[in-house]
Amino acid sequence: MAEFDQELDASGLNCPLPILRAKKTLNGMDAGQVLHVIATDPGSVKDFDAFSKQTGNELMESKEDGGKFHFMIKKS
Amino acid sequence: MDEKKLAIIATKGSLDWAYPPFILASTAAALGYETQIFFTFYGLQLLKKKLALEVTPLGNPGMPMPMGMDKWFPVLGLALPGMQGMMTAMMKQKMKSKGVASVDELRDLCQEADVKLIACQMTVDLFDMDQSEFIDGIEYAGAAAFFEFAGESDICLYI
Repeated sequence: MAEFDQELDASGLNCPLPILRAKKTLNGMDAGQVLHVIATDPGSVKDFDAFSKQTGNELMESKEDGGKFHFMIKKS
Repeated sequence: MDEKKLAIIATKGSLDWAYPPFILASTAAALGYETQIFFTFYGLQLLKKKLALEVTPLGNPGMPMPMGMDKWFPVLGLALPGMQGMMTAMMKQKMKSKGVASVDELRDLCQEADVKLIACQMTVDLFDMDQSEFIDGIEYAGAAAFFEFAGESDICLYI
C-alpha cells in the first residue's frame, strides 16, 4: 500500500455516504495530498471511479483486500 | 470545466420517496454540480424541522414485505391502525442495519454542500403551512423561479 496523508474508514456505510464523506475529507486537504478510503459497499468501486473522472481527483489505486475496498485518491 | 447543473422537483412526502432527491442532490454536489431542489405539494414534508415521514405498503405491490407477508397477509390488513407505523419502524431499522443514511443526515449534507432547497410558496399557502415549521436556510419561490434555474440545467428530474 502506497503512502497516504489521511485515512477515511467508511466501512459499513452505504451509498452515497462513502463518496460524500470522501468529498468532505478532501475539502480539508491540500492539492497533491493522498486520501486512503476504506469501504465495504461493493457499489463504491464503480462510484469512486466515476467520482474521480468527474471531479479530476486522481484515483491512484482501487483494490479489494479481505472483503474491504481500498481507494487511494490524490487531491487535484 | 463549466459547472454542471442539476434541477430536481420533489413532489412526494413519504419516507421511501424522500431518498431519491436527497441522495442524488448530495452526490451531485459532491461531484461539483450546482444543485437545486424545488419542493412542491407533499414534497414539502421533506423540509419540515421535525420529519415525520412514514412508509406504506398500501397501493404499492412492489414493496418487499418482511416474513413474506405479501404472500399470505390480506391487503385489507395493511389498512389496520398501527400498520403504517409498524412498517415505518421496520423500514428504518432495516436502513440503519444496512448503513443507509437517515433522511435528516442526507438533508444536512445537502445543505452543507450548498444545495439550494426551495419551497413552493403556493403549496405552503394552500396547505396553510407556516414558515416556522420548516428548516432554516431554505427559500420560498414559485414556478417561474424554478425555470430560471431548470432552463439552464444539464439534468432535470421530476421525483
